Amino acid sequence: MKIQRRHVALTVVTVVVGVFLILPTLYIIPLSFDASSTLGVPSGRWTTSWYVELFTDRAWSRAARNSLQVAVLTTVIATVLGTALALAFRVKTRTNAIAYAVTLAPMIVPAVILGVGLYGLLVSWGLGGTLLGLVIAHTVLAIPFVVVAVGSSLSQVDPDYERAAASLGASPVRQHVRVVLPLALPGIAAGALFAFVTSWDEVVVSIFLTNAQSRTLPVLMWTQVRTEVTPTLAALGTCLLALSTLALLGMQILNRRSKD
Amino acid sequence: MALAVETRPPLRSTGFRPGRFFLLAIPAAFLIVFFVSPMVLVALRSGEPGWVASYANILTSEVYLKVLANSFRTALITTVLTVLIGYPYAYATARVTGTLRILLLALVLMPFWSSLLARTFSWLALLQDTGLINQTLIGMGLIDRPLPLVRTQVGVIIAMVHIMLPYFVLPLFAVMVKIDRSLMSAAESLGASAFRRFYRVFLPLSLPGVAAGASLVFILTLGFYITPAILGDPNQAMIGEVIATDLETIGFARASALGIVLLAVTLILFAVFAAARSAYVARSRA
Amino acid sequence: MASSSLLSAAPSALTLQSVSKTFNGAPAVSDISLQLNPGEFLTMLGPSGSGKTTTLNLIAGFIQPDSGSITLDDRDITAIPSHKRGIGVVFQNYALFPHMSALQNVAFPLEMRGVRRKAALTQAHDALELVQLAHLAARLPRQLSGGQQQRVALARSFVFKPGLLLMDEPLGALDKRLREDMQLEIMRLGRELGCTIVSVTHDQEEALVMSDRIAIYHDGKIEQLGTAEDLYEHPRNLFVADFMGEANRLEGGVANSVFTTGDWTCLVPGSAPNGRVNLLVRPENTIAVPAGSADHPEGITGEVIESIYLGGTRKFVVRLDNGRRFQAVVSARTGPELHTGDRARVSWRPEHAIVLAAGDSSAVTADAA
Repeated sequence: MKIQRRHVALTVVTVVVGVFLILPTLYIIPLSFDASSTLGVPSGRWTTSWYVELFTDRAWSRAARNSLQVAVLTTVIATVLGTALALAFRVKTRTNAIAYAVTLAPMIVPAVILGVGLYGLLVSWGLGGTLLGLVIAHTVLAIPFVVVAVGSSLSQVDPDYERAAASLGASPVRQHVRVVLPLALPGIAAGALFAFVTSWDEVVVSIFLTNAQSRTLPVLMWTQVRTEVTPTLAALGTCLLALSTLALLGMQILNRRSKD
Repeated sequence: MALAVETRPPLRSTGFRPGRFFLLAIPAAFLIVFFVSPMVLVALRSGEPGWVASYANILTSEVYLKVLANSFRTALITTVLTVLIGYPYAYATARVTGTLRILLLALVLMPFWSSLLARTFSWLALLQDTGLINQTLIGMGLIDRPLPLVRTQVGVIIAMVHIMLPYFVLPLFAVMVKIDRSLMSAAESLGASAFRRFYRVFLPLSLPGVAAGASLVFILTLGFYITPAILGDPNQAMIGEVIATDLETIGFARASALGIVLLAVTLILFAVFAAARSAYVARSRA
Repeated sequence: MASSSLLSAAPSALTLQSVSKTFNGAPAVSDISLQLNPGEFLTMLGPSGSGKTTTLNLIAGFIQPDSGSITLDDRDITAIPSHKRGIGVVFQNYALFPHMSALQNVAFPLEMRGVRRKAALTQAHDALELVQLAHLAARLPRQLSGGQQQRVALARSFVFKPGLLLMDEPLGALDKRLREDMQLEIMRLGRELGCTIVSVTHDQEEALVMSDRIAIYHDGKIEQLGTAEDLYEHPRNLFVADFMGEANRLEGGVANSVFTTGDWTCLVPGSAPNGRVNLLVRPENTIAVPAGSADHPEGITGEVIESIYLGGTRKFVVRLDNGRRFQAVVSARTGPELHTGDRARVSWRPEHAIVLAAGDSSAVTADAA
């Protein structure tokens, strides 16, 4: 088979772009194990000392606790509110269309502007630098993801199931609790995962809303990168990365399961 | 699948109106308080010393204009580069099938969901004078001395292209995959060479996807904060970073005004792209 | 052993009075009225889009009528939401809850009525026994075949002893053999349970086999409501006549019990309307003899263009001299043997003629001229 020139060119470009995509994503992993204390100079010696430092440092463990608390709370609240919205949006009305746009708007508005705005509001309420303020902010950012994920799952639930439940005596509330929500569970779970990752990795808005006590891991990493770059940051980055990857895999598995 | 043929009865018929109100009202209240009102707050307080004075300050100041120009320039170059390397990648992904396609998509999705800070940090390491990129270039004999890549807009652009690629490739892929393959076969049977087929049939059909992806990349890059702040030249800051620093140094009003300027530019760009798209679609239907 | 406590639901009487429903400006059903006696089996029969499913949805309460009323056993249920009507529904695609086992599906309506778990499961088990699926009670719907799912859906719809059962194209998704089995099964259940049943179908044979009465739907209206015999022997218009089976047709005029078309005449019953009419004869009532025969000299002449042997019967397609095509179905053993190309005469007994005033119908499949 004659291999055409253009196919070769395309393959080369695709491979190069593929490497370009994946290398910087994964490069941080070897960095975190490299013994070199200067950034970017691989020394060829391996160590886990950066991880040890990461896990023993007081500032890091407090930031980790903050991140975890905020992420868990955000996940719960965003999933509940987002699922409620997704249920409400099943009916197409003008009000719902507007509400849908408002719900998704946080995805489009530049994060710095959201940061400034939420800073102004929450500080005036005395919530600046608190974990509660952070949960609120992260929830606003996470809700759109939940709404889209749950909405997608709900749209695949045949309306006949609700009618069947109604004909069998189930009130609308029971229709939702016993039939609709259980069937939409994969979407809800995916939405919860999205919410968790969104909160866990969130950095821009969090910069505005945290102080030295309430810093989350990404914010701590950000301030360190700006002041003093150490390979410990590579270890941290790898931890952040590991979690996102697990979440992504989780979503893929849920996706496959819901297709059955 | 549903009850035989005729129009499906609307869901409302199962009698859930009052409940549905609360389903919408409670989260809506949350969003109004914690999303809409901060935006309104920013808008209102942006006119703090005086509407005209506030915005005139920004739009006539050389510093800010330079920041805006820089942001635009970076966004433009990033978008062009992303389109140039993203298009073939999307094309390849759309052409292959099965495991290969899943692999190519995974390569695009994984960075998409990975921590932004982790990736930016990787770039910080890669772009160092002693980093992998420079070492490779020197090793290949292309340069004698390391290129300064960190703390320059060049470094920012390289990293931003990496970050923006998924935002471009994914919508473009979605469009390409829907392009009817038989059109290409028809063109071939009519005597069009491979280049012609691509240029006259496939490319025009993929343009709406390119436009959508490119406009998204441009708008996102414009307001980006983290990566340009870490990798960029402090003297060539982009607007995202300036907003953040001004909040601390100058005050809420100034940061708000800058934010509104960025938001206005974002919305105007959205509108322009949407209008251009409708015009294109209308023209190609005529 | 099926518990007889499951059976003997008190069957309900159902009345629809001038029910109408419009969707997006297009009327789906107009002025539908019907009255069902307790225990009756009614089939709503008609082509796609004729309004029969809409009527079912209205009775079930999934949609509200724009006007008219629906009464169940002297109780006006028009404004009552579907979950309070207590009517059993079997959906075309069964709508079995995929995340529950067959048993849990059947127990669902009982739980909704406050029956305790254990009792609900027992009664559900009994219902499954009635449809011979007790051994598959623990299976999930996706682990059951189409026919089995359907029986579970049936069990679920009658386990709570409704007085009225609605079925939407219940046999549509089954293959022919299964369909015939299920027809008998449903009829048996209907008799044993004693509830009133309303079924929707576009399959005329199914309607004939299973129901006490049939309502023919067309363009959102009921063309005729009656027993199968009523509809077949005395259709009210061309649509019903054509829907219930094949009908040979002649156009002409009637005066004084004499029907005239072109230059041919015949006698018709005195009850036939005068003026322009369509005269219909069923193929099995059509007599065909060779042109050379001395019998039936009054018949119309024509040429046999098809002769088909069907096992127990023979079917002849005759192109009459006036251009019309007639089908005659005769016994293969005792009937004439005509071959393609033979000249023949067709006729019928005057009492077998169905005479309908012209203009008495909607769109009709014209005989190929």
